Amino acid sequence: MEELINKLKKEVIEQLNLEDISIDDINPDAPLFGEGLGLDSIDALELIVLLEKNYGLKIEDPKDGKKIFYSIRTMAEYITEHQKS
Amino acid sequence: MSGQQYQISYWCMIRQNRVVMPGRDWVPNENFLTFTEFIKALYKKEQVSYPKFYKMDNLSKLGFLCAEMIFKNNPVTGRYKSEEIGIILSNSSSSLDTDLDYYKTIKDPSSYFPSPSVFVYTLPNIVTGEICIRNRIKGENAFFISEKFNSELLETYGRLLFESQHMQTLLCGWVEILKEKYEAALFLIEKKKDNETGNEFPEFSARSMNTLYYKINN
Repeated sequence: MEELINKLKKEVIEQLNLEDISIDDINPDAPLFGEGLGLDSIDALELIVLLEKNYGLKIEDPKDGKKIFYSIRTMAEYITEHQKS
Repeated sequence: MSGQQYQISYWCMIRQNRVVMPGRDWVPNENFLTFTEFIKALYKKEQVSYPKFYKMDNLSKLGFLCAEMIFKNNPVTGRYKSEEIGIILSNSSSSLDTDLDYYKTIKDPSSYFPSPSVFVYTLPNIVTGEICIRNRIKGENAFFISEKFNSELLETYGRLLFESQHMQTLLCGWVEILKEKYEAALFLIEKKKDNETGNEFPEFSARSMNTLYYKINN
């Protein structure tokens, strides 16, 4: 799980152009939106693309997004759970 | 027309690794920087703190920083109401630089992942929006596409806005980028005050803008 979390941090930084942020700056349990990294609605769409492009996972129900993208750890948990099935 | 006179209160030009403003001429120490390297170096040198900058497309980064350097040296937001500040920008390549980036994300049917964050910049006037958001500008704005820098258009349309709207100041000019060829030339226009007649500010005219534009382009 920790390996996936670090990989996700790198991918999020690259995909969202978070130039001034390093892997160590991201708390895996901190909220990605609002506070924390302060991401916006376009970033949310980019995260959906990231999951599909890098992990082959499509989010069928948009309502799930809030839970899946709460933090880096919740994203990692979703990936781990759904790539198994 | 009321006979009101207007002046170019400040200006900034950015072109191929060089920034020129009244009394300042900056070229980075490293030669032959790419646009990405150059604009990042300029952002850091000017100590701008605006994380959203990194998410912008190249056209917006160029226009945003050029405007930033003008407003940093000549702030208008405290002197005028948001609605009294207008923006007229222009270029020749529209948003083609970003359109091509977006096309890369959709051209391969086997790897079709349209990028939302690139897509939102596939219009040239987004740069105007970025400058407005940063500086809380709510006045008239327009973005024109013309083959080359057209100072007559900027003067004519600018004067029209001054005369027909409640506009007190105007940021106008040229913001052009396509691949590694880029240039921005922005001018801050204000009404000339009575007691400033004969001051050192150039008159707001196509001729003055051409003089400044071609001065650094040659």
